[in-house]
Amino acid sequence: MDIIIIGLLLGGTYALMAMGLQLQYGVARIMNLANGEILVCGAFGAIWFFTASKMSPIYALIFVVPIAFVVNWAIYQVMMLPLVKRAKNQGQLEVDSILATFGLSFIFIGILLAVFGGEFLTYSYLATPFLIFGEPYALNRIAAFLGSVALCAGLYVWLHWTRAGLTLRAIAVNPAAAGLVSINVPRASALAFALGGAVTAAGGVLLSMFLTFDASLGVIFTLKALVIVIMGGVSDVRGAILAAFILGLTETAVATLVDPGLTLAAAYVLFIAILLVRPEGLFGRRST
Amino acid sequence: MTGGEKRNLIISVLVFLVAALLPLVNNGYWLSIGVSVAMYTVLATSWTLFSGPTNYIALSTAAFFGIGMYIVAAFLDWAPYPVLVLIAGIVGALFAAVIGLATLRIAGVYFVIFTLGLAELVRQIVAWMQHVMGTSSGLYVLISMTDPILYWLLLGLSAIVFLVGWWIGRSRLGFALRIIGNDEVVAEHSGISTARAKVVLFIISSAFASLTGALVAPRWSYVEPTIAFSPFLSFQVVIMALLGGVHRLWGPLLGVIPFTLLWELISANFPAQTTLLLGVAFLLIVYFIPHGVIGLIEDMIRHRHGMLGSVVSTLQRWKSGNA
Amino acid sequence: MQKRVLLTFTAAAAVAGLLGLGAANAQDTVKISVVGPRTGVMASGAAVTHWPGFKLWAHEINARGGLKLKAGQKKVELIEYDDRSMPGETIKAVERLAAQDKVDFIMPVYGTGYNLAVAPIFAKYGYPQVTQAAVTDQIDALTKRYPTLFFVQGSTTSFATSAINVLKNLKDEGKIGNRVAVVNVADAFGIELANAGRPLFKQAGFEIVYDKSYPLGTQDYAPVIKAAKAANPDAFVAWSYPPDTFGLLEQAKIEGLNVKAYYSAVAVAFPAFLGKYGKAAENVLGAGGIQDSPAIRDYYKRHKEVTGVDADYWGSPIYYSFLQVLQQAFEGVGSMDRKAITAYLKKNKFKTIIGEIDIRNQRLDKYWTVGQWQDGFFHAVAGVGFSEYKPVKLKTGW
Repeated sequence: MDIIIIGLLLGGTYALMAMGLQLQYGVARIMNLANGEILVCGAFGAIWFFTASKMSPIYALIFVVPIAFVVNWAIYQVMMLPLVKRAKNQGQLEVDSILATFGLSFIFIGILLAVFGGEFLTYSYLATPFLIFGEPYALNRIAAFLGSVALCAGLYVWLHWTRAGLTLRAIAVNPAAAGLVSINVPRASALAFALGGAVTAAGGVLLSMFLTFDASLGVIFTLKALVIVIMGGVSDVRGAILAAFILGLTETAVATLVDPGLTLAAAYVLFIAILLVRPEGLFGRRST
Repeated sequence: MTGGEKRNLIISVLVFLVAALLPLVNNGYWLSIGVSVAMYTVLATSWTLFSGPTNYIALSTAAFFGIGMYIVAAFLDWAPYPVLVLIAGIVGALFAAVIGLATLRIAGVYFVIFTLGLAELVRQIVAWMQHVMGTSSGLYVLISMTDPILYWLLLGLSAIVFLVGWWIGRSRLGFALRIIGNDEVVAEHSGISTARAKVVLFIISSAFASLTGALVAPRWSYVEPTIAFSPFLSFQVVIMALLGGVHRLWGPLLGVIPFTLLWELISANFPAQTTLLLGVAFLLIVYFIPHGVIGLIEDMIRHRHGMLGSVVSTLQRWKSGNA
Repeated sequence: MQKRVLLTFTAAAAVAGLLGLGAANAQDTVKISVVGPRTGVMASGAAVTHWPGFKLWAHEINARGGLKLKAGQKKVELIEYDDRSMPGETIKAVERLAAQDKVDFIMPVYGTGYNLAVAPIFAKYGYPQVTQAAVTDQIDALTKRYPTLFFVQGSTTSFATSAINVLKNLKDEGKIGNRVAVVNVADAFGIELANAGRPLFKQAGFEIVYDKSYPLGTQDYAPVIKAAKAANPDAFVAWSYPPDTFGLLEQAKIEGLNVKAYYSAVAVAFPAFLGKYGKAAENVLGAGGIQDSPAIRDYYKRHKEVTGVDADYWGSPIYYSFLQVLQQAFEGVGSMDRKAITAYLKKNKFKTIIGEIDIRNQRLDKYWTVGQWQDGFFHAVAGVGFSEYKPVKLKTGW
């Protein structure tokens, strides 16, 4: 029972790291290596807000999310679109976007350093035990988990019940065909990229309640998000969510039953095993 | 061997001989740059041996580099250093063989992230084993390795990489690989064992990374997982190779040298904003030199307009694509 | 269109031009270079300990008119370079400063591995390397090999030994039982400490009821803390690194891991630790610690005023003390002659904010190893070579 609850809480944390990247890659086809830095930006925003105002960091979402949306939209329009246009094929775009967003992550780190300095930034909020079945769990993790579930559900409903969502899903399945049925692919891709950035930044806000951040930490989140997105299969947001929870549960089970020293090793073993069995990820479709 | 090939061979040998003189000319700053260039030349060129023709982007350099470092660090009390370097190469090759065989079905971006995950997995296991085995061995490599010797060793290794690359290019293997790179399905239908070709190349490429790690370990003296398996190393190698150009054997070299110098220039002159400017420089490169340094040079030769002209034409193309 | 290209090239030319310049007015200042991580895995620690230390020191010297050398008073010009937490970059930067820029002095770099990687360069050019941020068990071998290398943070084993002795004393006084839970981060320093500590715990008569590592970058410490708690320990020891020190304590608080002695290695001494946990930090043990004195209190005040950030209670004062040592050596020699400065360090004793310092043997033989938060100050409760320490208090809940 313990394992399941802790695992689910951790899975929610991972989903927050990965959902945004899934949107960005699944729809806009940009493998965004600056994903972790966007998350750190969101977290720094919340930390700054909390320290300055002493109000709940969750309110920071009110300004972090729109800013992240606009910034990411601009990044797509200014930096990614030229790459999309000049790429002859998907492979070329992948290489170019990996290179460009790698450079971008440096710029983000540089800016974060200049603005916030390089120290650890952390604060205490809702760091109190909350009893479930008589066992204590961190309230801030539960809050982040609820936020994560809300985001997942919101995204799922939006993708499956609205016209805009349908558009995005169509592009995720086949960008070329989507263009043929008069979908404005560049616009929808920009939307997906911006939305993905906003989701990632929102994740940063929620994670800042219990993780410690510094300006250079982004790469850790990027790696985790990449693993989760690939494990889930790039074209379906459900894959990423499922993968996040599988990882959370596996890591917790290994930590509790086997050896905490092997948690991340187990996560990567699972990742590799899944790819060996399903080379296109859990929800992937083989493209021909 | 044709006349052209003979000429190229002579030029290459001369270039290597001149490069080998560096420690005699400068035993300080430029030698340290030389070490860096030589190291990344080995890593980027051997990376290109596999990834260039197949278009599979591997981010596993750090995994094999780290394995090489750790083999030296862990067994230094039991075996002489040169033997360990060889063992490092062999273990790297064996490990690459297993990985290569296992990953045959994985392609595209899945392969990219798979190799990244692999490096992290190895790092996790090594760190855990250090804890379980309960010794502090595998941390210090306290044997003497001066910069000139390291430089010559790395230079020699890069000569071997070039020789192997040249040999592959002439062999059936190289031919098979080029077809795989163009279209894997076609290759398979024409009776080429794509699997074997890919695995062999991956083994060769990875073994060189392990050898490099083993050579560099004494110079860095202290081996810790975060340093030995730094994902940044893998990225840097890929970037240098792509920046140079991956469709020629000497392409990566054209990425390694300007890249090392440019980054050095930035670190030396903008100490306060190094990271930010590295990012900016990086983006400029991606946007304005889309086909690598080789592409730029070939463009120059083809159109007979200077370097400025090539950049302008690239810019114009970019701009028109943007409009 | 052409304009933009021109602009790019002008910028490039300007960059290139900077290479040659810079060495112009070297006469009236002393150029001192600092290499360290601004970005990468080591950056957050360096932001607390490494960079502000030099800043405060240079500020104070310049405020009083500069270094008093034979050729007159010279102001200190600090130039700081980012090695991005990559040993290869550290090596290149130090080599460039020594061979190319021929700066007057190079400060030690940040981190054990990085200092070892550049030790041959310091030795080659004769710069003394007083490593303020390096802890190793190979002091003998390394100082013999590099005559310019000094260690002032003690050995890894001494850190493990002291921490375990603190617990042993509590046990012998009957204040805690003999059950100890030990966890460590699976990275260099954590592994070294854990491996050094294991036999020592047994010698001290402790029963290790839980002994596991966890990976660097773990995001949830609930399983570790739950299992440690289930083992019902009297004391909890974590050979930990900065991000996990925070994560472990947060979880211990939530789980109600009510041990009478709670020790976590790196980062307990950081001001952010007290800032985050406030009262809960009270009586937490950690690596480092400082003996309270008016001079130290004054140092913390000045540090905050000048650098804008709080100093930590381990590395920061040690950095500052050894910058005081270097300053006395510079002025004692009267010039920036590296060989003479090294010789001076090996011949003299120095007065600093942490008392009289002696590194004639290329190592410091008096240092603090364990600290404890008591009333907002991280007091030294154990160490090597001192006769008296602040008494240890028991942890009474969170």
